[in-house]
Amino acid sequence: MEYFIQFSKAFFIFNVVMGFMYILTWLERKQSALMQDRIGANRADILGFRLLGLFHPLADAIKLLTKEDFIPPGGNRLLHTLAPFVAMFFALISFAVIPFGGTYNLGGYEVSLQVLDLNVGLLFVFATMSMGIYGFVLAGWASNNNYALLGSVRAASQMISYEITMGATIIGVLMIYQTLNLQEMVVAQGEYFWGWIPKWGIFLQPLGFVLFSTAAMAETKRVPFDIPEGESEIIGYFVEYSGMKFGMFLATDFIETVLAAALITTLFLGGWQVPFLGAEGFFFSGELWMSLSSVTVMFLQVSAFLLKVSVLCFFMMLVRWTLPRFRWDHLMRLGWTIMLPLSILNILITGLFLLWRS
Amino acid sequence: MAIKQVERDLTFRERIYILEILKALRLTARHFFRNLFVHIAHRFGLLRRLRGGVTYQYPEERRPFSPRLRTLHRLTRRQDGSPRCVACMMCETVCPAHCIYIVGGEHPNPQIEKYPVRFDIDLGLCVFCGYCVEACPEDAIRMDTGKLEFSSYSREGMIHDLQELLSRSTTPPKR
Repeated sequence: MEYFIQFSKAFFIFNVVMGFMYILTWLERKQSALMQDRIGANRADILGFRLLGLFHPLADAIKLLTKEDFIPPGGNRLLHTLAPFVAMFFALISFAVIPFGGTYNLGGYEVSLQVLDLNVGLLFVFATMSMGIYGFVLAGWASNNNYALLGSVRAASQMISYEITMGATIIGVLMIYQTLNLQEMVVAQGEYFWGWIPKWGIFLQPLGFVLFSTAAMAETKRVPFDIPEGESEIIGYFVEYSGMKFGMFLATDFIETVLAAALITTLFLGGWQVPFLGAEGFFFSGELWMSLSSVTVMFLQVSAFLLKVSVLCFFMMLVRWTLPRFRWDHLMRLGWTIMLPLSILNILITGLFLLWRS
Repeated sequence: MAIKQVERDLTFRERIYILEILKALRLTARHFFRNLFVHIAHRFGLLRRLRGGVTYQYPEERRPFSPRLRTLHRLTRRQDGSPRCVACMMCETVCPAHCIYIVGGEHPNPQIEKYPVRFDIDLGLCVFCGYCVEACPEDAIRMDTGKLEFSSYSREGMIHDLQELLSRSTTPPKR
């Protein structure tokens, strides 16, 4: 039974992430189209049903799978094949520690809706995100192409710059919640100021929220920060890739978008917490309360988590289709001379605040 | 080559950039939600006069052509249905792309000197300049069919012969 619960949790989160990835490839087209007063992809059909272009990702997958799998002459066969798998694996494995629901009593079993209950969950996410860069660097080195190498070098330096900002930002969060366990962090966000404002990270760490979101968006390597890919100049680390291996790099970008959204949700937007919803049901101040069964509460909280992630994904797409891309030196200047000092300032303010409180 | 550098004086509000980002996001989000609302209303058959996008859904929907637009060629006919062309070779001579090939034959009617035995236009070469229409003394060739799609899988398929050119009719331009 233990194994079954564990397996079904992993199965659920894997499929949710893959579903998000599928929807995001569709959303990217449709949302950008609506924002630019266009219609967007709507041609692919199955038996005449077009369904708002929802079959386009499917058609893409079929196209990518049937294309030639090209390995450049002089490239390293093994590493060239390994690179997209490394990138995707580390993007996916990070979801293991993201809590997508609380702890529930289901048929006599205490089920914590988190695949891997790690005490160092946050460090684990950061470790896997850093390991993910190896995929992009390998792709550049194994391609035997100067542009690919340039792209991977850019990827490495961008990731390092923004990971430092990210790390410095979460120190503020850690100081407040005093734990690295993501589940405990979300539980701590279920409390309230003056009985009605939820103690979400965004209210405790507004500056940290802005900095972390920016750095997380930079981690996804999408347009305002797409220096490693640079589709309009160098094609980047995947210039020598074709077929589904190229598709895997694209999918990794979308998975990282979902990961960034899930992390922001967990750290700053209260994770699976619904305001005023406890383990027993809704509880407003005083006499006003509503009793709910454990399964209903679980359903509500998991949907709240998914809703928050969806809204953040939408927001990140909005940013991606609104802002022009940064130039390389501007990106580095933003990272090192603006974001890093601000994140250190954030630590300082948080420390002073905690000192004043105690 | 001299490089022109434009110096912009940014105000403090523009310099911190984050408010400008929010303004940009508001603009794009407004377009998104307005178009989303219009598309949903269209599904229910409402607000038909508002357009959700500025693009044309090409095969189903065409932009209105200008009446002067030069489209696929056609050869006009006389009252009795025979081709109006007298094989004077004017169009073949004036054609800058050399895409017209005419073989003339003697017409049984002595009033009419010649008629085209063959009249081929190689659309793979044609540049749609319209000189043939200008040069024609008999108003025998026109470019007013309103057809723009004539792709083919072979080079031979791009050569349109006399019967094909005669069979086309004019499509009055929609306004």
